[in-house]
Amino acid sequence: MRRYVAIWFRHLLTDRHIRKHPDMKSVPFVMALPQRGRMVVTASSATATALGIVPGMVVADARAAFPDVQVIEEKETSPEKLLSALAEWAIRFTPVVAIDQPDGLLLDATGCTHLWQGETAYLKDIRDRLCEFGYHIRVAMAGTPGAAWALARFGKEQVIIPPGEDRKAILPLPPAALRISPEIVEKLLKLGLSTVSKFVDMPRSSLRRRFGPELSDRIDQVLGKSSEWIEPVEPAVRYREQLSCLEPICTATAIRIAIERLLELLCNRLAKEHKGLQKAILKTYRLDGKTQQIEIGTYRPTCHIQHLLRLFALKINTIEPDLGIELLILEAPVVTGIREEQGSFWSITGDKNLTAIAALLDRMAGRGGHDIVRRYLPAEHYWPERSVTQARSLEEKSTTDWRTDRPRPTHLLPCPEAIFVTAPVPDYPPVLFRYKDEVHRIAKADGPERIEQEWWLSDGLHRDYYTVENDQGARYWIFRSGYYDQGTAKWYIHGFFS
Amino acid sequence: MEREIVSKLKKEILAMQGVPQLVEGRAADTGLGPITGAFPYGFFPVGIHEFVSTSAETAASVSGFMAALLSRITRHDGICLWIGTHRMLFPPALVFFGLNPHNIIFIDNRKPADLSWMIEQALKCEALSAVVGEISDLDLAQSRRLQLAVEQSRVNCFLHRRYPAKASTIASVCRWKILPIASVSEPGLPGVGFPAWEVTLEKVRNGQPGSWRMWWAETHFESLAPSRDPGLSFQPLSETATA
Repeated sequence: MRRYVAIWFRHLLTDRHIRKHPDMKSVPFVMALPQRGRMVVTASSATATALGIVPGMVVADARAAFPDVQVIEEKETSPEKLLSALAEWAIRFTPVVAIDQPDGLLLDATGCTHLWQGETAYLKDIRDRLCEFGYHIRVAMAGTPGAAWALARFGKEQVIIPPGEDRKAILPLPPAALRISPEIVEKLLKLGLSTVSKFVDMPRSSLRRRFGPELSDRIDQVLGKSSEWIEPVEPAVRYREQLSCLEPICTATAIRIAIERLLELLCNRLAKEHKGLQKAILKTYRLDGKTQQIEIGTYRPTCHIQHLLRLFALKINTIEPDLGIELLILEAPVVTGIREEQGSFWSITGDKNLTAIAALLDRMAGRGGHDIVRRYLPAEHYWPERSVTQARSLEEKSTTDWRTDRPRPTHLLPCPEAIFVTAPVPDYPPVLFRYKDEVHRIAKADGPERIEQEWWLSDGLHRDYYTVENDQGARYWIFRSGYYDQGTAKWYIHGFFS
Repeated sequence: MEREIVSKLKKEILAMQGVPQLVEGRAADTGLGPITGAFPYGFFPVGIHEFVSTSAETAASVSGFMAALLSRITRHDGICLWIGTHRMLFPPALVFFGLNPHNIIFIDNRKPADLSWMIEQALKCEALSAVVGEISDLDLAQSRRLQLAVEQSRVNCFLHRRYPAKASTIASVCRWKILPIASVSEPGLPGVGFPAWEVTLEKVRNGQPGSWRMWWAETHFESLAPSRDPGLSFQPLSETATA
């Protein structure tokens, strides 16, 4: 048995405007946009609607009838943005909240209402909170999204349809309640079908012939004969725990305790399923409607409460509690299976050491960023810049050995730097070179070692590397790119030997 | 016989002075030859080893010497952390000094301000074999914190201070200076030979500072000059080896 709640914001944009400018509350005003060379009302406030101004009117007409109506040009406040913010706020009522364009929200309240001691209290809470913000809303709860939508817009003030009575509730409603296009509504009304009850039992084949597939599809959805998916603003996360606070919390210690509680719930569940999290997000919902989040990542999947708590503790001070936090949600979007902790049977320096090191690296990455930890493995390339590759994990082993047959410098410059060289004979090592305005006379030299570009990876000239030692004992790795006799040869320094 | 008595007496003096015998049980064999005589009790001390370099060439020499030392004092599969901001070290080169590059984890942090915190955290982790920190400026208080962490965890710490802004004193057990000297090769062979350095111990806590010429023969250190008594051999070095 599924339960859905539809919320209809009757004056979404104007209520939002009043929220920003409280002095406009008693003033009738409209929002307008230029259309075909004239200003047309797109939204009218509650007071303006009471006067009879409805969206679609031309501003000049409205002004003629009611000279004191104020006109505000509608700018960037798009209803989509506003609705998605409201949808995120509404996640406190259910994890599945969908935006219902252009002026509503749909909530899948299945299994959520008992937390509020009943559906009446649940709906009242939604209503009261939104009214407190200043929104004029209508809410309805029913067994299908379609029925809830219809009753919110065409039913009474606050409607809860008991399970199984959807059909009875929508029968007296007008055809527009079925979310069908205005052309079909017009056709139905022309034919005198002014309520749903008059055509709902007609044979489907004749309805489809006359009005197209839309009408019969919508009837099926409202009655629950075909299922309707609502697309939640936030995809459901399997591993999430939430903690609502009796009193809003605003100290670091309290947040820490809350995180510990959430971690206990989450990690116990993960441990039972032999899983560990690699990424966790803590979202805090503040009293004034703002949400903040902190995120941690780990190198190895873990469900160790104290370790995760330590990682979060490094970031608690980035949360601004302001007036207080009323709800905390912990999510683990990346969860993978963990291997059983092996006992130190085979070696003394077994898994236990690696776990300690992984914990240390997590703390460092938490402080400096996730990309600061690096470990290298040999790659099968001669080109020096490509001869190492970053390992993906602590345990990853390479398939090849490190090469020792060619000299490689201890320090490698991030990119080669140009030098000036005097070489007596082509393809002989130079006798001196100038680097950073200092002349180095070469006493000993080895080389050349020619390294060709890997044509399947990149174009460019080959390099002839020389290992040279100057008369003071300092050792360098220099190269000439290109052939000597083609005039394109240039000399570079690429590293320092110990 | 005489030497034994002298070394025994030296140890007794150190014990009376209250110098703790830092190395318990089996001491790491550094293979440093004559240099080991400069350390208190004749063992390579666990603590903060400070290396100062003032040019790109000497920095490379320091990295090589540190790698060679690490390969002698750590276990074969021990994991080391190499923490710094602008790392120049080329991992494949570590193989030439007997280290497995894949056993080294590099922390390439961007903010120099976090380095001291990171080195301290690393030193508190007993699972590590050693920690190398490339940090140019460090004050006495920070280095004392590191020293305390080392004394707790017994994880050796090499600090490489590249181009320090000022030569501030830090709490270290040894201050090393490594300068490259002409390489060593078989007589009659052309080309660049084995790396060689002038190793200067500028400061050793409770030991004898001195200067030696060493070269690295693929798996172990070799001494160039005939070994002398380090207590007598200390002489001020000319700074001309490299700029």
